[in-house]
Amino acid sequence: MSKGFFKSSIGKKVIMGLTGLFLVSFLVVHVGINSLIYANDNGETFNAGAHFMAHNPLIRVMEIVLFAGLILHAVQAIILTMENKKARPVAYAMTNGAANSSWYSRSMALLGILLLMFLVVHLGNFWVPTKQALMANEEHNTFENLKVVFSQWYFVVIYLIGVFALCYHLLHGFQSAFQSLGLNHKKYTPTIKKIGIWFSIIVCLLFASMPVTMFLGIIK
Amino acid sequence: MGSGNEQFLNLTLKVWRQKNSKTAGTFETHQLTGISTDMSFLEMFDVLNEKLIHEGKDPIAFDHDCREGICGMCSMFINGRPHGPKQGITTCQLHMRSFKNGDTIIVEPWRSAAFPVIKDLSVDRTAFDRIISSGGYVSVNTGNAQDANNILIPKSAADEAFAAAACIGCGACVATCKNGSAMLFVSAKVSQLALLPQGQAERKERVLNMIAQMDAEGFGNCTNTGACEAECPKGISIENIARMNREFIGASLTTPNK
Amino acid sequence: MSKLDSKIPEGSLDQKWTKYRSTIPLVNPANKRSLEVIVVGSGLAGASAAASLAEMGYQVKVFCFQDSARRAHSIAAQGGINAAKNYQNDGDSIYRLFYDTVKGGDYRAREANVHRLAEVSGNIIDQCVAQGVPLAREYGGLLSNRSFGGTQVQRTFYAAGQTGQQLLLGAYSALQRQVGTGMVTMLARHEMLELVTIDGKARGIIARNLITGELEKHFGHAVLICSGGYGNVFYLSTNAMGSNATAAWKAHKKGAFFANPCYTQIHPTCIPVSGDHQSKLTLMSESLRNDGRIWVPKKKEDVEAIRAGKLNPNQIKPEDRDYYLERRYPAFGNLVPRDVASRAAKERCDAGYGVNKTGQAVYLDFAHNMKYKYGKMEATKKGIQNPTEAQLEALGMDVIKEKYGNLFDMYEQITGVNPYKNPMQIYPAVHYTMGGLWVDYNLMTTIPGLYALGEANFSDHGANRLGASALMQGLADGYFVIPYTIGVYLSTEVTRMSNEKDKADSIDKVKTKHPEFDKELAEVKARIDKFLTIKGTQSVESFHKRLGKIMWDKCGMARNKQHLTEAIKEIQDLRAEFWKDVRVLGTADEFNPDLEKAGRVADFLELGELMCKDALHREESCGGHFREEHQTEEGEAKRDDVNFAYVAAWEFKGESNFELHKEELKYENIKIAARSYK
Repeated sequence: MSKGFFKSSIGKKVIMGLTGLFLVSFLVVHVGINSLIYANDNGETFNAGAHFMAHNPLIRVMEIVLFAGLILHAVQAIILTMENKKARPVAYAMTNGAANSSWYSRSMALLGILLLMFLVVHLGNFWVPTKQALMANEEHNTFENLKVVFSQWYFVVIYLIGVFALCYHLLHGFQSAFQSLGLNHKKYTPTIKKIGIWFSIIVCLLFASMPVTMFLGIIK
Repeated sequence: MGSGNEQFLNLTLKVWRQKNSKTAGTFETHQLTGISTDMSFLEMFDVLNEKLIHEGKDPIAFDHDCREGICGMCSMFINGRPHGPKQGITTCQLHMRSFKNGDTIIVEPWRSAAFPVIKDLSVDRTAFDRIISSGGYVSVNTGNAQDANNILIPKSAADEAFAAAACIGCGACVATCKNGSAMLFVSAKVSQLALLPQGQAERKERVLNMIAQMDAEGFGNCTNTGACEAECPKGISIENIARMNREFIGASLTTPNK
Repeated sequence: MSKLDSKIPEGSLDQKWTKYRSTIPLVNPANKRSLEVIVVGSGLAGASAAASLAEMGYQVKVFCFQDSARRAHSIAAQGGINAAKNYQNDGDSIYRLFYDTVKGGDYRAREANVHRLAEVSGNIIDQCVAQGVPLAREYGGLLSNRSFGGTQVQRTFYAAGQTGQQLLLGAYSALQRQVGTGMVTMLARHEMLELVTIDGKARGIIARNLITGELEKHFGHAVLICSGGYGNVFYLSTNAMGSNATAAWKAHKKGAFFANPCYTQIHPTCIPVSGDHQSKLTLMSESLRNDGRIWVPKKKEDVEAIRAGKLNPNQIKPEDRDYYLERRYPAFGNLVPRDVASRAAKERCDAGYGVNKTGQAVYLDFAHNMKYKYGKMEATKKGIQNPTEAQLEALGMDVIKEKYGNLFDMYEQITGVNPYKNPMQIYPAVHYTMGGLWVDYNLMTTIPGLYALGEANFSDHGANRLGASALMQGLADGYFVIPYTIGVYLSTEVTRMSNEKDKADSIDKVKTKHPEFDKELAEVKARIDKFLTIKGTQSVESFHKRLGKIMWDKCGMARNKQHLTEAIKEIQDLRAEFWKDVRVLGTADEFNPDLEKAGRVADFLELGELMCKDALHREESCGGHFREEHQTEEGEAKRDDVNFAYVAAWEFKGESNFELHKEELKYENIKIAARSYK
């Protein structure tokens, strides 16, 4: 890799894309494990999955990599955003972005901030108690944890907002990552775009369904 | 001649006025009456300037030259969009039949740190020239060429290279990009030459140098919104940006550090 | 006898250039580094010359008034570039291109220059392709050709309808490469306002930085004027808004002769004027005449009905249409040269057959070829038997779209009419000027060290330029002629420099400190101050419009003695009024486009007079110059080879005072004949 690659505009975008896709791969695992609640067996299957995730050494290592990836993604985003602000010191009095691009493609930073804020709540709700239990060497009943959190309507609302932000962040981010990595081809790009859209919708619908179904008592 | 259904419009024009690059600018409002729908947008400015001169007021400076959509000199940001409300054309090709009687039209210069305002609606786009100087060429001295038909170029490659080479360097991509990125402009040239056999010898060096120059000029970073492609008067595709990313990553991976 | 020495080399026509080129004195690389060349203009001629000279090692400075070298108006050329490659195996050759160009120019061009142009034409294509210019290709990967007016072979290379753009961007990239190496200093948004001559030689220019208004002195051992033509004298033309004659005119007033100023090309296929607000005219490429048929209705009542909006031209039956070019010139049909096509349109419109409200438009109709040429072809390809009319139209439309899509879109943008469904309306408009600074075989003007290239000179097109030859000439001059011929003069400069190297006041040492530079700068400043202090009542633009009207009405497509005499007087009066009553606002030390324009219009007001005087003196009709007194009974141009087979080169002697010098034209290789396209 030539010197300065990571300092170049494209290098920074490549990092955004790679970390983004990495975080996407995490979402697959996350949504997979969480969907175990739909076994609707009072959390037995789900808790087994959660136990595995909390105790498997490889997953523990990946957790650190995941946090590193997330931080890199966020920090790089902040740097890029600041640079982009500097590139237009005087703002337009009138812009009509809707005429040429989607609102969410122009709002990635805003959606990202929403996601970060949501993450703080989310980690506080689940990650912290899990870790506390781990440190105390106790078995954590994650399913009970879920039920308690999602019995409170405001958490349900917060989670729905978080999932909404995630959905639109993904809608642009998924295909954008491929573009940043130079993976654009007349033959394959339409498929990539389609996969991106379906991925965003399915993953986010699944995530959104969890607090709702639990709040409504469909999942017991 | 025109469309045969010429109409006359009354318009309110809010135009950015700025004395030079060192002073701050502000909007100035003008009322225009009896503007023919057969006029081009710039001819409407001619009418306004004629009126201003008559009133002893400083005419509005704006860049324009060929007035047929190919030189890339005209550069107005009209009602929030570069080159105005229609796609695929430059400001000089925009005609007043695209507006309605009673409309208010806001006209601003391209706004970018890399395009400082010279006066009113005129901006300095020499950053683009410096990017081309850094590598947007094939190093072939005059007289060095072999017969033009010696190297076959598939029609598809020639057509694709032409589509990229159609860029007029107007800067609408930078102007409309929320990040002020010049990726579409740079990628058009990188793509044109990467697609042709003649561009191969300097392929890696070219993309590395042009990106370095682009970054040094203070353009923003691409976030793939696609606004540039939608507003480009010549319809340059963002596939070119992906190609340039690819070229850059490949060149970076395989070029030893100096 | 004439002061003019064209310096045409001895020898047979096809050997002149080859032999001469290898005998031109060379300048060694070390000396090249100490020689400075100024290039004014960055179009095809300027950019290619600057890049080539810089590659050779000269120190080059390039000036253009636009914000970048890439904006020069060469960029707007649509159709193509000629070259005698004979890739189509249709019998083309250097001689044929040479012959077509001389004949197309109505036997008013220099044989030797034109032959050289034809000789290097092939190299231009090679050079451009090597630069990565994406010229159109066939499926097999070979270059594609189309035909243009005035020829019967396919020798025109093209890149869709944007050939000029692609060629200019090729030259521009070569130029920017030299800017990157430091061999070229690029001064964009700079305008040459005066030529500095010292001891009779061109030594530099005074230029205005258009952003700051600062006047700058620039020294050069040679100065190249590559600033294009003067079509904007007519106000309405296909030229860019900024295209101007100032650089050439200043050179003329400093002693460079101006040749054949009356030879202006009126392009037959432009979009007609829509109203008083019109600021410029837009060309529809000549290549459209490959597939478009030009006609007006045969019956006056149809004309009336069309003008009243009661009749759609598509409803007029074929037998009621007058395809007047096909009727008058069966051999070349719609592909007659530009001057012939333009006059024929004027003739029909003057006779009352014009098809728009102003009576100044004819139809360019694609329906026939769309359906019965391309539609049928595509139907056969696709195996559709007995296709319907609608099918033919749809199939043909795709082909037309592919070939001319950008032009059709442009037409619709401007007129609001869909040209796929309705015939285009077109009318002739000023497009190109064949006249320009007189140059010898080396492209040097009558001022030693001052050269003129491209449209700015007069040399290759005679009285009429063929389509797709302007790009060829601009690039030939810049890439393949001047790099050699400049050595003839600069080698003498090297000798002089070595003789004077101990002299403290040698020009190479004092450069812009020479008092002549200060004197010229002061004069330029005084002129600018004059514009700003008149504080009259009329805008620069309004004077330009009035000049344009005089020129178009009285020195346009058809001229006569009475009109020209009147025009001269009217221009003189207008000029006097201009200097008394023009209103230029703002200051000299800022970006002031109106002040720039004032200078250009002031020069047009002088050049326009010379054009009329030249047109008045040339008592014949040839090429773009049509004198109503000199025509055949059928209305064809009548040349006078006995009395007017010469280049008219005018010397400036003071206001309204020009002295005529004649350069006889000798035709040793072509039999001079009446030009016939019948």
